[in-house]
Order: sequence, then structure tokens, then C-alpha cells
Amino acid sequence: MTATATAEAEAPAPTAKATHFGSRRLRREDPALLTGEARFVDDLHLPGALWLGVVRSTEAHAVIHGIDTDAALRIEGVTEVLTGADLAPLWGGAALPCAWPVTDDMHNPPHLPVAVGEAKYAGDAVAVVLATSRYAAADGAAAVAVDYEPKPAAIDLASAAEPDSPLVHESLGTNASYTWELTPDPDAVEKAFAEAEHVIEERFIQQRLIPAAMEPRGVAAVPSPAGGELTLYSATQIPHILKVMTAVTLGIGENKLRVVAPAVGGGFGSKLNVYAEEIICSALALRKGVPVRWTESRSEAALATIQGRGQVQDIALAADADGRVKAVKARLLADMGAYLQLVTPGIPLLGAFLYHGCYDIGHYSFVCTGVFTNKTPTDAYRGAGRPEATYAIERAMDSLAAATGLTPEEVRARNFISADAFPYTSCAGLIFDSGDYHAVLDRAMALADLDARRADQARRRAEQNPRQLGIGFSSYVEMCGLAPSRVLASLNYGAGGWEAATVRVLPTAKVQVVTGATPHGQGHETAWSMIVADRLGIDPDDVEVLHSDTAVSPTGMDTYGSRSLAVGGTAIYMATERVLDKARVIAAHRLEASPEDLEYVDGSFRVRGTPASSVAFGEIAFAAFTAHDLPDGVEPNLEAHATYDPPNFTFPNGTHVATVEVDTETGAVEVVDYAAVDDCGRQVNPLIVEGQIHGGILQGAAQALYEDAVYTDDGQLATASLVDYLVPSAAEAPRYRLDSHVSPSPTNPMGVKGIGEAGTIAATPAVINAIVDALRPLGVTDVEMPASPQTVWRAIETARGRGGAS
Amino acid sequence: MSLVTLTVNGEGRSLDVEPRTLLVHALRDHLGLTGTNIGCDSSSCGACTVLVDGLSAKSCTMLAVQADGAEITTIEGVAEPDGTLNSVQQAFHECHALQCGYCTPGMVMAAMSLIDEYPDLDEAGVRSGLEGNLCRCTGYQNIVDAVLQAAATAATANAPAGSTP
Ligand code: FES
Ligand code: FES
Repeated sequence: MTATATAEAEAPAPTAKATHFGSRRLRREDPALLTGEARFVDDLHLPGALWLGVVRSTEAHAVIHGIDTDAALRIEGVTEVLTGADLAPLWGGAALPCAWPVTDDMHNPPHLPVAVGEAKYAGDAVAVVLATSRYAAADGAAAVAVDYEPKPAAIDLASAAEPDSPLVHESLGTNASYTWELTPDPDAVEKAFAEAEHVIEERFIQQRLIPAAMEPRGVAAVPSPAGGELTLYSATQIPHILKVMTAVTLGIGENKLRVVAPAVGGGFGSKLNVYAEEIICSALALRKGVPVRWTESRSEAALATIQGRGQVQDIALAADADGRVKAVKARLLADMGAYLQLVTPGIPLLGAFLYHGCYDIGHYSFVCTGVFTNKTPTDAYRGAGRPEATYAIERAMDSLAAATGLTPEEVRARNFISADAFPYTSCAGLIFDSGDYHAVLDRAMALADLDARRADQARRRAEQNPRQLGIGFSSYVEMCGLAPSRVLASLNYGAGGWEAATVRVLPTAKVQVVTGATPHGQGHETAWSMIVADRLGIDPDDVEVLHSDTAVSPTGMDTYGSRSLAVGGTAIYMATERVLDKARVIAAHRLEASPEDLEYVDGSFRVRGTPASSVAFGEIAFAAFTAHDLPDGVEPNLEAHATYDPPNFTFPNGTHVATVEVDTETGAVEVVDYAAVDDCGRQVNPLIVEGQIHGGILQGAAQALYEDAVYTDDGQLATASLVDYLVPSAAEAPRYRLDSHVSPSPTNPMGVKGIGEAGTIAATPAVINAIVDALRPLGVTDVEMPASPQTVWRAIETARGRGGAS
Repeated sequence: MSLVTLTVNGEGRSLDVEPRTLLVHALRDHLGLTGTNIGCDSSSCGACTVLVDGLSAKSCTMLAVQADGAEITTIEGVAEPDGTLNSVQQAFHECHALQCGYCTPGMVMAAMSLIDEYPDLDEAGVRSGLEGNLCRCTGYQNIVDAVLQAAATAATANAPAGSTP
């Protein structure tokens, strides 16, 4: 059973009469998706389009001596084969953009859409084929013969950082792209470690993950040769950013470019990018004057779409005799892959402020080095930096619990930021908005039925049952609602973090909401219509939500980092308020009253104390349209625009408790219970919130148990299909039991925080901590990810070999 | 080229395709039925699931010529012409069993076949029965609940008249 009791602490939704806010309204997005009516990029019917096929390097690092196109050109339907050198004039040497130069001296070698002279990773585009059908494009790409001279490759992250490693980009003389540090008071950190009773030092490996959104990427660039415009359809999370970047990269007028993200089949960060294929299709469509399209195959996606995670983490805690943490040190190596994509170098920085987790500690030091390797570039994957940070601190807190003899929940409770400390300035310089971490922990322990589980665990331990039980905690806090533009500026990010909205009332009192947020499964249309309908006192079905097309929604910063509600939703809320303000002026004029004397109730303005004297929203909408009798100086429309730049991040938090059964004879792990308590502030639609948590938990648990982008020593991706890369199915997925706590964020008027990434952030350490908890009596103190049966079995055997077995 | 004759969503269709054309591409590219999606190239994801002579099949693992003469049901043929959802679609809607919706057409087709085949579905049966259909968004719980709800609806509808619930 999914128990979603809302906390007593829940305050009423911030509207005079919240009919919809907080309700489990079913999604308006569903019918089109359930009937096949929705259109994804590959569904577009584009007569006369040429299909792009991409020839990808089969080598991790190689000089390209020659490209033989003859066989490909003989294939029926293949019209052209173009090498990187042939295409270079189309982008005039401009490289794919990296918008986040995290340090002034960061190395960012040019990343051409199609490589010239040298391939830097298996999957690097080295030539393209144009053909009249998708089959011919695939045949053509397969028939291009490339003469490679393999070079030594830097594959393993830790080795790539060593001075004797082969270099990915020889001209740099190093594989380090940058080193970024945040150590407010180095002496205080050292002192805390010198004085500590307990020092915990751990090294954790964050394996690389393949995001695997179920819809692979797709691109269709459609030119209008006479008018000079180009429409770029892409399975992207960021049509607005993509428009700017494509215009700049190709030197075309932004006014001539329209970007459309049609139905998009999931993203999880992997579609938050500017990819080679988007630039190639656009450039070739403009040159040829016909549509050029490309649809990624799944095995291509494994190589050509960014991957996530990829870190070596060294974390150290200094604690006193009571298990109170005084200082945290984190040292990271972060795998960039062969090139920097849109925000590759910044991903570890999104976690850089959170390696102390939800704990009130004094001193902090974080240093990260971004390292090039001859592998697919990394970039944002659900959580982006924050799952890595949470994993490190939550695993280390369990080590501290073991060292001090405290229970995992006690060591957490002793160190939590207390509820009365908010707003709380952290040792890393953030201001945490709100929360009650102790209340959340208590609720999670109750939901998980902790006492009964511990009794079961004790019984199994006593009887030396081969199926041992483990209970794993993970308490997290994340920074969401990306982001205050000034903070982004201080981090060298190349853009702002605002969001834009327009609320437009039509003559018949139906409403259009235009948003810069760009959904790909989050249910925005439903949620935004609920917010606006409540404010205006109308039916959500009378509110249309327009998005994801830069011709309709010209400004926006798109969807990622759990920002859509906290930033985009706030912009919508503000625009709605402005509409109401204007409507109030018109109503006052009609009622011959002063605007301050009006109240807005159930969709009508009325004079306070004289309810009979009222004017309905519909009448005002029509009056704004006819303009026959508007007050002086009031323009004939009823619409308003708002751009919201958040003053702070939001800080969702929670505690998850995973219970696993580990078969100590085979190493097999089963998640037998998963209890999660999350505080994402006020919830617009709990149905949607729960869905986000469910999916997030499974993605996080999958990192713990199944998923791993495995590279061979010579840089071949061994898991480039869904046969080898284990995306879990319903058969592996546990049942999730959810509860929530609500501490409204004081940062925005609705008190919302964001929930897109929470599950993924929390679940990975909860599951691994549970496995280690099950096996600690056998002497196991760490299990690498993914915790496959073989890995777990080896961990048990190694511990036994050390004499750890009881 | 090969001539293939199919009955798709109750309508006779014939098409001229390269012999190597996959059924899923015949449906999408030749018949314009783009509701059936493609999520992989290794028969792993089930996004392409359709009914072939009433049984669920991954249309990326079949050639169009192999389906010659068959009756095919795609997601476009499931709801009423006026848009009224069938019981499985309706249950998916009510249980919030879809987010991005890319896996959904395949999930719905697989679920219809599963419910048809096993009148006494339980949770474990649904989970193992849908093992070949991947969803990256939902974590599956709401999908499982939707299929159980639709199975219960079907069981009620199929109960002989006069039997007590
Ligand atoms: S597309 Fe057919 S199983 Fe994946
Ligand atoms: S709803 Fe997105 S893949 Fe299933």
C-alpha cells in the first residue's frame, strides 16, 4: 500500500480557496499518450526528408588516416557521405558549446560535431551519411571504411589522473581539465581533524551510468528555403537554450530559428545538452534546403548520449567521542569523458556544497579535479552531483555509526541541523530554507517499522540464517530550484537561472498559460492549470498550457534540476497575480468602487460588505477585449508576463529506509521493503509527487544494484545495449511506501521546493547501507556498486578471508 | 519488394515493403501508425508491443512479411473512435501509470494480452508478465496497480450473470 498521509504540519495552500492545489487531480497529458496520438520527433511526417547516418569511431583513441566512402556511395538511397573535414566549413571551426567554464584556467579543447584527424572516444562521430530512407542511412554508415591508427587511451579514471597516463588531448600536456576548491577555513579543518576522536576515511567509486530515457534522441531540422528560417525539432529538455546555442554555433540569426520539443520520452538530464546531431542536421538542412532528420538507435545512445556519475570520491569525517561531526573533507576525481559537453565540468559542483549532508558541522573542505578520459562525455544525470555527494556522506555516516557504536539513526539525529536553526547558513555558504530533519527521521522509522525489522534481523543473525536482513538509512538534503542568477554568476555559469511565464485571458475567459519550463513526463500542464485555476477561481480545464516551442514560448530556461515548479511555477503564479491586479482595476471601474475595496471570491470581484454588487471574471475578460469601457490608461488586454529569478535555492530533504535480504551463499540481494519520507514543501499534486518519487527511487536503487557502464581496458563500452546494461523491470522493482512532511519553503509564495530528483538522490546510499548493514557481522564494511551477486559474494568471501566471519 | 496484406485495427491494408522491413517500421513509416514506439535494438524494451492475432508481440522482432495475413492491433485501435479509453487505458490514467508516456503504448498492449491470458492475475504475475516492458519513469508501482485494477474490471465483466461478487 502506498500510504501518503500528509503531515499535520501541512499548511493550507496559499490561496483564498484552494480547490485544486493539493488535490490528486488526474493528468490531462494522459489521453494523448495512452492512445498513440502524441507525437515524438520520430513520429513527424516529413516528406522529402534526408536521413542522417553517423559513422562513429570504433576506437577509443585513434588517428584517422583515411575515410573510404566508395562502398557507402554505391548503396541505393545514399546521396552523400561527408567527413569531418568536408563539414568543417559549415560550422566555421566553432565547437559544441560548454556553458560552464568552472575556473578561469579550465581546459576546454574544441569539440567539433564531427571529428577531424583524430577520434577521442568510441562513438565519436567521424563522418556522416545522407540517404533517402532510414535503412539506407544505416547501411551507408556501416559501409564507410575508416582507416584508424589506434593510440594509447586513458580509460580508468584514477589512472588517467596519474602523470604517466596516456593523454586524451596531447596539446594540453595533462588530462586535468580543472581543479575547483571550496575551503572556507583550511586551518580550522586541519585543527578539527587533529583534535578528532574518530576520523573516518572512505573511498567510494561512483560508476558511470547510462541515462537510458526510453525515447532515444531524435532530431529533425526543417528549413524554409524562401524565407530563410529553420525549425529544429529535437527530443530535448532545453529548446530555449538549444535555440541560442545553435544560432551562435552556426552563426545564424536567432530570429530565424525556431526550436520545438514535441512529446519527449523522458530525459533525466541526458536531453539537457547541445548535441552534435542537432548541429549537423541544422547545418545540412540549411545547406541542402530540405529537411534532415536523425533518430538515435539504442546502442548508439549508449555511446553518443552523455553518461552520468563517474567519480572517485575520498571523504573524511572528523568526529568527537560522542559521534558529533566537526569537519568534512571531500576530494574528488570527476570523469569528464573526452570532451566537455554543455555543463559537464559543473556537475560535480552541484554537489560541492553538500558533502556535509543534512548535518550541522563547523568546517568544510571540498576539492574536485575534472579529468579527461577517452570515453563518452559525462554530464547531468538525474540528481547531477547531489546523488554523488549524498552517497559519500551517507555511507561515511554509517561508518561513523559503526566506529562509535551508535545506531545509524542515532548518529544522524545527533548531527542533524535542528528545526529551529532555519534559515541555516551552512559551512559551505548556502542558506538552507526550511525543514525538520528529526521529525522526518522519526516518521521514516515509524513507516519502516524499524523495531520489528531489527527484531527480525537479530533473529536471523542468531540462527545464522543464510538470508540475512539489512536496514539502510539515507537522509538527504538537496539544493533545487536552479537557480539564483547571481549565484550562477559566482560559479562562472554562462547563463541565468530565472524562468518566464505569460498568463493570457482570452475574450471568452478561457486562459492560456505560456511557460518557459519544458516538460518531458513531469505533468506540468496538469500542475500549472491547477495553480492558475485556483488563483482565478476557474476550472483547470479552462486553462491551456503552452510550452516547448520557441515560437509560442519565446523565453525560458527549460527543465532540469527540479526547477520547474519552484522557479517556473512561481513565475506563473506571479503572472496570474498581475492578471488579477489588472482585472481588479477593470472591475473597480465597472462597479464604480475603488480597487482596494474589492475582494475576489469564487471567480467574481465584489465590493467588500456589499456582495450583491459584483462583476464576474468572464465579464472582465470580455470588457478587456471589447475595450468599450476601460478605465483611462488601461490597455485593452488581460494578460501579464512575469520573469522570476529566485533569491535562493530550495532545499527538499528526506529520510529513506531500505530493507534488503542478502543471500550470503549466492550474494543475491532483494529489496524487501522501501520506506521513504520526503519534504518537498507544499505539494501541488501529490499524485504527481509520488510518481516522481517512485521513479526516482528505482533509478537510485538501480545504481546501487544493477547499472554500470562497463568499459574494457581498450575503451570499448561493453554494455551498449539493454541486454547488457541492466535497466530494471517491474520484476526487480520493489514496492515503495511513502509518507511526507511539509515544511513550506519561505523562498517562494507557494512554499514549494521540487521533487524531481529526491528519490534518486536518496535511494542509492539507502540500498548500499542496507547491504552493508546485513553483512557487517561477517566483517564486510563496503560493497562496490553495482552490488551484483558476484560483487556481494566476493565482499563476503574477502571478509571471511580476513577472518571477519563470526 | 514484397507485398504484405494485413488487417490493422480492423481495416484491411496492403503495402509494398523491402523484405527486410520490420513490422514496427511497416506500421510506423508505411501505415503512419506512429503510436507504437521503438526503444531499443535488442528486443529488450517492449515499447513496440502490438497484438498479432490477439497475442502480444514485439513488433521490432518480426518482419512485416512474417505478419502477412495477420490481424494486428496497435494502440491506435484500442480506444473507442470517440476517444473513450478502454479499461486498461483508463486504469493507467486513474493510477498515474505513465509519466513521459513513451513506454505506455507497449505497456498497454502487453497488459491487455496478459489480462486476457491470465484471468487470476496477482501482483507477482503482473510483475513477471511485464518483465519484457521497460519503463524509465514510473518505478512500475502504478503500472502494476493499474494492470491489477484493469484485471479486476475484466474479471467483473466476465463473471457469469448472477454470480456474487
Ligand atoms: S523496440 Fe522492440 S523491444 Fe525495444
Ligand atoms: S512513462 Fe516514461 S518510460 Fe514509462
